Amino acid sequence: MSEKIAVYYKAMGLPRLIITLFFLFLVCVSVILGIPFGGLMTDVVVRLGMHGILVLAMVPAIISGIGLNFGLPLGILCGLIGAIVSIELDLVGFPAFIAAILVALPLAALIGWCYGWLLNKVKGSEMMVATYAGFSAVFLMSIGWMVLPFKSPEITWPMGPGLRTTISLDGRFRDVLNNWGAFNIGSFRFPTGLILFFLLSCFIMWLVLRSKTGIAMKTVGANPNFAVATGLNVDNYRIMGSVLSTILGAVGIIVYSQSYGFLQLYQAPMFMGFAAVAAVLIGGANIKNAKISHVIIGTFLFQGLLVIALPVANTVMTTGSLAEITRLIVTNGIILYALTQVDGGE
Amino acid sequence: MDRDKIVLEMNNIGKVYYGTRVLKDINLSIKAGEIHAILGENGAGKSTLMNILFGMPVIHSTGGFEGEVLIDGSKVDINSPFKAMKEGIGMVHQEFMLIPGYTITENIKLNREITKPNPISRVLGNKLETLDFVQMDKDAKKAIKSLDIGIDEWTKIAGLPVGYMQFVEIAREIDKENLKILVFDEPTAVLTESEAKNLLQAMKLISDSGIAILFITHRLDEVMEIADNITVLRDGQMVANRKKEETNLVELAQLMVGREIEKVERKVNVDKSSVVMKIKDLKVAMPGEEVKGIDLDIFKGEIIGIGGLAGQGKIGIANGIMGLYPSSGEVVINNDTTLKLNNPKESIAKGLAFVSEDRRGVGLLLDTSIELNIAVTAMQNNDKFLKKYGPFTQLDTTGIRNHALGFKKELDIRCTGVDQITRRLSGGNQQKVCIARALTLEPNILFVSEPTRGIDIGAKKLVLDTLVKLNEELGMTIIMTSSELAELRSVCDRIAIICEGKLEGILKPDDSDADFGLMMAGEYKKLVGEEVSNNE
Repeated sequence: MSEKIAVYYKAMGLPRLIITLFFLFLVCVSVILGIPFGGLMTDVVVRLGMHGILVLAMVPAIISGIGLNFGLPLGILCGLIGAIVSIELDLVGFPAFIAAILVALPLAALIGWCYGWLLNKVKGSEMMVATYAGFSAVFLMSIGWMVLPFKSPEITWPMGPGLRTTISLDGRFRDVLNNWGAFNIGSFRFPTGLILFFLLSCFIMWLVLRSKTGIAMKTVGANPNFAVATGLNVDNYRIMGSVLSTILGAVGIIVYSQSYGFLQLYQAPMFMGFAAVAAVLIGGANIKNAKISHVIIGTFLFQGLLVIALPVANTVMTTGSLAEITRLIVTNGIILYALTQVDGGE
Repeated sequence: MDRDKIVLEMNNIGKVYYGTRVLKDINLSIKAGEIHAILGENGAGKSTLMNILFGMPVIHSTGGFEGEVLIDGSKVDINSPFKAMKEGIGMVHQEFMLIPGYTITENIKLNREITKPNPISRVLGNKLETLDFVQMDKDAKKAIKSLDIGIDEWTKIAGLPVGYMQFVEIAREIDKENLKILVFDEPTAVLTESEAKNLLQAMKLISDSGIAILFITHRLDEVMEIADNITVLRDGQMVANRKKEETNLVELAQLMVGREIEKVERKVNVDKSSVVMKIKDLKVAMPGEEVKGIDLDIFKGEIIGIGGLAGQGKIGIANGIMGLYPSSGEVVINNDTTLKLNNPKESIAKGLAFVSEDRRGVGLLLDTSIELNIAVTAMQNNDKFLKKYGPFTQLDTTGIRNHALGFKKELDIRCTGVDQITRRLSGGNQQKVCIARALTLEPNILFVSEPTRGIDIGAKKLVLDTLVKLNEELGMTIIMTSSELAELRSVCDRIAIICEGKLEGILKPDDSDADFGLMMAGEYKKLVGEEVSNNE
């Protein structure tokens, strides 16, 4: 019996154990405090779906040896452009959602290629460079949002040139996935379309990883010297990893936005990469290895913690902005903890 | 100074590393002013012996050593390099331990600076005393002068030729007032011929001043030139102790290499009329193992050994032909196709496979399963182990599993299952995985580098037997590079010895120990006085 526990413990790893226990602790506290359980669980599942693809974007980057993709904002910006173009075209509902993705894809592929090329020039310090590549892109696009020639009154400032900081998706493609086939169990509402889309993305990623190309990417990431001796072009497969990661970032933000209900421009994409990194690390990935299971577990735990911590903090500390501060402490605390666990479990 | 006084005695020195005996019953005694050479192949135990003498932490963190060390007739316990220095032992390292941005004086006097008091130091203690550069320069000048070389003590180390850096190291040691014994660890390995000559002269000067010199090397001519006494080590044992007058080059070569050879019985099916690979003027820029122009014909169905001492370039040949390091020259396969160099994919496509000497660095995906390690190269190059769905592909997991299980049985890979990651396997089993991966490519020519490095005896035999079997049954041509001469002599048809990046000569396994020793030391051509023919 104790041996079995030891095996499970080893498979799970200490970080995941601690976070799972903390998660369960918060769930208990929230129930004791009388916070509506069904609504809370709905939030947990919705956030799993809306953040999942952004976290999935880490997988191709990690396995192809670029490491954690702190440059995720690059992909996010491509996705935002796609979404804005779809509104500009005055599309509504699923067509709007699909058009956003179709516009974002080639853009993300192109940006991902350039980004991969850049990362090949800075082997060994990819993560640092990626972080700043992401930051720079966010600031560059802050100018871009001001000067791009979009006309639709829904997305531009009423009083002058440029796009709004937040653009509502009401009446466009808000909740198209969340509401597709959704059903209620008591006060718990299951966002069928969202979760299916997330799982489908995971499944496609899983298939890619099992293809000849996927194995080559894994080989390049696991041991570049070995890959060279096997006749693989290391740089090409790293670029492929960054293209895939950027594309997933673009699709991820569109899925995120349709659930969130708004497009957030300007500085908003800046730190979205960090949350995705933290989630995949908490899930058990490390700089060299990431699996789909790490993505699902990590997103669930990380977002679940945030969702539950906030109302709990609100109830415990009612004074003004203290809850918001607590939320920030918890978020960044988890990120910090995840980063110290970079070695990951096995 | 009394020339008959014994300054250093080492009695019955032995050392065991993790259950492996590396030194046994070594006895040395060195008189003042004597130059004592310690001669041996790589791995003979020379460095371990010096580490013991110098009190290196690597010795004491692995359980210390056996025997005793006497300096000036009294037993000393040297447990740290600092203690060794205090006892008057100095060492000139193979890699220079100098600070490039400092002048020669500063390097020589580092941590032994001469200081004079100033007002601040009188208040705050002697750590803050002023450096007395005049006195320090004087000392440095004296040390440099005693070596009879013309460099200025105020020159910065950065930019000095390698040969001079060596002299600065020596000057630093002889500047120490109590120096009794100076150890030179392969000092001429990095020097040009003329620099080496200067160095040997300087060593004579030092010994004339009464300092005993321990000279570790594998260069026979240098030993014969300056040593008074010679100790030969082989496999951690002292095989001989000779006075210079009583011995000669050939005997020393024989002593250094000589070893019981167990010849593996095998069917020889070499077809001398058909050359499977013709190497012309191959140059490979592999750091530390540079190949500087080699011509070699490899016959169909033979096992050819490539031997030589470490750093001479034998490792570079296979790495160059497989495209892992920049190379130039011409490699013709089967007399008709010229191999495009610097392109690993091309080398694999031409039927070559490589088992790397760097097993963990190049040979394996350490965190990947055994089965995928075996399959991956063939998958990427020959589209094996894949199921095709139009333009899409998926792994053929059953195919990979069955293939790996086959090799597990055939090569006796000991593992908990073929899905185990290779990091946790023992060295021998890792090597078997590497060989299995190379064989999965079904190569015509197999390069195997250091196949038995770091693996236990049982696995060694199995690996060698496997190579022989492949050669016998499939007629595979095998090019085996190894630092272990005995191993090459036990399985190879011919052995090419590489020295200083060039082919020194080709020997038959049953040629004399002396010939092997001379070739490895690069003395053969000089001594025999004739070019050794390539395809004898």
